[in-house]
Amino acid sequence: MNQQTLSYQTVNTEDVKIWFEACTVTDFPSDGGLCINYEGLQIAIFNFSRRNVWYATQNLCPHKKQMILSRGMLGSEGEEPKVACPFHKKTFSLESGKNLNGDECDLATYPVKVENGSVYVGFA
Amino acid sequence: MKKVIVIGNGMVGYKFCEKLRAKADASQISVTVFGEEPLPAYDRVHLSEYFENKSEDKLLMAPRSWYEEQNITLKTGQLVTGIDRIGKHVTTHTGASESYDYLILATGSSAMVPPIKGVDKKGVFVYRTIEDLDQIIEYAKTVKRGAVLGGGLLGLEAAKALMDLNLDAQVIEFAPKLMPRQLDEAGSNMLKSKIEALGIEILMNKNTKEICGNGKLDRLEFTDGTTLETEMLVISCGIVSRDELAKSCNLDRGARGGFKVNDRLQTNDPDIYAIGEAVSHNDMIYGLVAPGYDMADTVVDQLIGGKTKQFTGADMSTKLKLIGVDVGSFGDALGLTEGSIPIAFEDKNAGVYKRVNLSADKKKLLGGILVGDCKDYSMLLQITQNGMAIPPNPEDLILGARGGGSVGGGIGDLPDTAQICSCENVTKGAIVSAIKDDGITDLKEIRTCTKAGTGCGACSPMVSDICTATLKSMGQTVRKTLCAHFDYTRQELYSIIKVKEVKSFNELLNAYGSGDGCETCKPAIASLLASIWNDQILKQDTIQDTNDRFLANIQKGGSYSVVPRIPGGEITPDKLIVIGQVAKKYDLYTKITGGQRIDMFGAKLNDLPKIWRELIDAGFESGHAYGKALRTVKSCVGSTWCRYGLHDSVSFAIEIESRYKGLRSPHKLKGGVSGCRRECAEAQGKDFGLIATEIGYNLYVCGNGGANPQHAKLLAGDVDEKTAIKYLDRFLMFYIRTAEPLNRTSVWLNKMEGGIDYLREVVVNDCLEIGEELEKDMQALINSYHCEWKEAVDNEDMKRKFRHFANSDEDDPSLQFVPMREMKKPAEWDEVKS
Ligand code: SRM
Ligand SMILES: Cc1cc2nc3c(=O)[nH]c(=O)nc-3n(C[C@H](O)[C@H](O)[C@H](O)COP(=O)(O)OP(=O)(O)OC[C@H]3O[C@@H](n4cnc5c(N)ncnc54)[C@H](O)[C@@H]3O)c2cc1C
Ligand code: SF4
Ligand code: FES
Repeated sequence: MNQQTLSYQTVNTEDVKIWFEACTVTDFPSDGGLCINYEGLQIAIFNFSRRNVWYATQNLCPHKKQMILSRGMLGSEGEEPKVACPFHKKTFSLESGKNLNGDECDLATYPVKVENGSVYVGFA
Repeated sequence: MKKVIVIGNGMVGYKFCEKLRAKADASQISVTVFGEEPLPAYDRVHLSEYFENKSEDKLLMAPRSWYEEQNITLKTGQLVTGIDRIGKHVTTHTGASESYDYLILATGSSAMVPPIKGVDKKGVFVYRTIEDLDQIIEYAKTVKRGAVLGGGLLGLEAAKALMDLNLDAQVIEFAPKLMPRQLDEAGSNMLKSKIEALGIEILMNKNTKEICGNGKLDRLEFTDGTTLETEMLVISCGIVSRDELAKSCNLDRGARGGFKVNDRLQTNDPDIYAIGEAVSHNDMIYGLVAPGYDMADTVVDQLIGGKTKQFTGADMSTKLKLIGVDVGSFGDALGLTEGSIPIAFEDKNAGVYKRVNLSADKKKLLGGILVGDCKDYSMLLQITQNGMAIPPNPEDLILGARGGGSVGGGIGDLPDTAQICSCENVTKGAIVSAIKDDGITDLKEIRTCTKAGTGCGACSPMVSDICTATLKSMGQTVRKTLCAHFDYTRQELYSIIKVKEVKSFNELLNAYGSGDGCETCKPAIASLLASIWNDQILKQDTIQDTNDRFLANIQKGGSYSVVPRIPGGEITPDKLIVIGQVAKKYDLYTKITGGQRIDMFGAKLNDLPKIWRELIDAGFESGHAYGKALRTVKSCVGSTWCRYGLHDSVSFAIEIESRYKGLRSPHKLKGGVSGCRRECAEAQGKDFGLIATEIGYNLYVCGNGGANPQHAKLLAGDVDEKTAIKYLDRFLMFYIRTAEPLNRTSVWLNKMEGGIDYLREVVVNDCLEIGEELEKDMQALINSYHCEWKEAVDNEDMKRKFRHFANSDEDDPSLQFVPMREMKKPAEWDEVKS
């Protein structure tokens, strides 16, 4: 099992202790993601501009343990906003981290806030 | 009054009781049943459902009370250990004995356990009874990984079960194929990718040498020296008939075991019958229920004195019962019949593989294979079994009649006598009358009243078809719309984008779609936009498929490959040196591709712009290996050097590749030019190919290698280069306009009404009078060509997209390579640790 996976833990907004300033809004493509490094932990941040919502998840795809999700494609299934992994197109809910088209383990998700042009990810 | 004893209370033993009581009551024939298992007969076929509902009752064929009502004496938990044929009585393990007039052996089979060292270890199981499942469930709670030995019908079902028990599951198959008895190689490959997509790992060509571990297993060793870490093993390598009783009272056994019977299912003792999996009929053992039920029928007929019915063998058609993985195999699936002609269809994109085998005279359907789409299974099975006439273009059997509609005229053509449900032997007539006469309208009711589809369930789709057909509610649309977000076909969207001058995905989605798009429609629209406007695709990078998004093919582990264009395969020593230097500098694995050029693998995302800067400065351009676009135009050396060459095939290949480079299309495009009919460039295996003739070129189109090789067809003969290019412009543009997403030209042509003749009408004779327009569109695309990579490396903003981290310039630390023959390769999926 991959060390990274073990250290990924969903963080809820109320539990946030550190708001980590990751990068700036202008770094981002529209409806796309970027990967940031937080003390060795790779986090994927997504700018869902169609809905003007931000999400963050682990960057590691649980399927084949690939550090890749930030390069995934955004979309929706019904109302559910999702990201599709570039490798085998497993899709995950950006809200809950749930694997929508398989039984892969779910993604850890993290709160994101945007303040005057900077993007922050919350860690516990 | 006759006295009948049934040994074995399994599915067939039970079915025998049911069928017998339908014809004779206790005053005529008394029945005593001995069952070894503690439970009354249960539905083994649906054993796996026990994992979800954990309910024995749900699985029972009938509750104990039923046996009482039917005046059947049921003695469960009783193993019959001996038969005295002279005294005509049986004895059980408790010493009890019981006499009979007729004896029915329905002892079924047990799982075959190969003699592998260590099979006796803790953690090794079989998959046959409810007890087995209880043990598996218990043990699974204590472990993380579980493997299944055997990639057959049952093994795959078992593997899915392990996965549902939250184990990470592997399937180990000795053969090079999954379901070797039912599938051919292509079918197996398609199934493999589907199973793997479920998250189940598949190891083929693995011969297990030893099951290792002290006490309980922790590792499997294979004869090829490799090993597999696993904590649990479910053996599913086939069945052996339970014929123990044969020896003691010398009843004959078949070559591969089982009670040897004649067509009346009598053993060599005329008063002893055998049915079900315990039987060897003409040395054939039937591991399916339907044949067993048929046997039960036959024996009942013997006992009530009908003596008309005989068992003459049975059909082995089967369907895999894995949710989400449709697999069907019927009749002569592998085409073993002398002179049989296979027709196959494969759609990697949709994950569908279909194959039918025609008789040598092309008049009858012998059998076939369906993977990924079984909706026509029952229909094709019917056509095979009833020897029904097949359509004029037999490929309609698997491609569906042009313009939709179901295969072979559809269920309408089925005779009322056609057997729809083979498990319960229900005919089409019975179902139709249930609907017409008893006014039944929904499937559930039909199942309960006719029993159709209550067996293995394989016929359910057809039952519902008959239902709908009978209810005259034929209204199925055949429009292939893009996905949930766009209710339009690709061709419709092509016109919309062109006419309404739509330039971006969001524009189109807002005006003509719904939701936020998905991984299906985004790349498809991206391809359309590129085919129509040919704008720099990185301007909308997040709708591009992953390879397009980074202008490189992503590899295992997350590195990328770099393929510069080498038109016609011609390259100068200086350029070769540059490739060598670049590959060396950035530590890239280099390989000559099958497309006459050089692929450099293992590039880090952050390095891609630097690598391409150097290549572009040396005069290279993108090879679009990552795009559904023109790949290569393969050339042979041709008349410049070759003693046979008729024209300069290299120069012409370079001209054509340079003309269409960067052209994006529904699927990738490959071309070839050969200098003479020896065809060293394999032009007839390409989407378009030119073969030199004395006076010009023969132009072939819609060839394909890869998954479904198909020879290109002659579009025009002896044309000069100028005409060839004119036809090519039209042909390619027409394909780009009208094909479905991810259909190669070959697939596109196969679906085209009128086939190559119609295509010739359009391209050569311009019957639609769009020739000029197509040429104009093509010219516009050629004029707007730009090297995507040059633009990317010249543009700071675009360059910044090629970084792994947004908040640092580091490479991805989790990238891992292992050495291989003085170069490198990515670490295996599972070797990766970070
Ligand atoms: C590199 C190469 C193998 C090699 O080392 O020779 C290759 C590699 C890949 N092929 Fe291929 N194909 C390569 C020549 C071929 C050929 C031979 C040829 O072109 O003459 C074929 C059969 C001919 C044909 O296409 O008709 C071929 C049939 C396929 C197919 C099946 C296409 C089909 O219609 O069935 C796929 C899957 C697909 O495209 O959907 C595929 C897909 C792929 C992909 C792109 C899969 C992927 O998405 O990662 C592989 C990645 C390449 C990479 O990472 O750079 N590749 N592939 C060859 C690159 C040729 C080039 O210079 O561009
Ligand atoms: C998981 C699984 C999935 C399957 N899926 C399918 C499918 O999809 N389609 C299909 O057609 N078939 C399927 N099969 C095969 C099908 O279940 C068998 O063909 C069918 O059960 C055979 O019935 P039978 O009565 O001959 O044997 P069994 O069902 O094995 O019954 C034999 C019974 O006799 C008992 N017995 C044996 N010896 C003695 C004795 N000396 N004294 C007393 N009792 C004895 C045994 O304990 C057993 O209970 C599947 C089987 C399994 C295990
Ligand atoms: S195709 Fe003809 S010209 Fe080309 S290499 Fe072969 S033999 Fe020579
Ligand atoms: S690695 Fe993400 S889907 Fe396979």
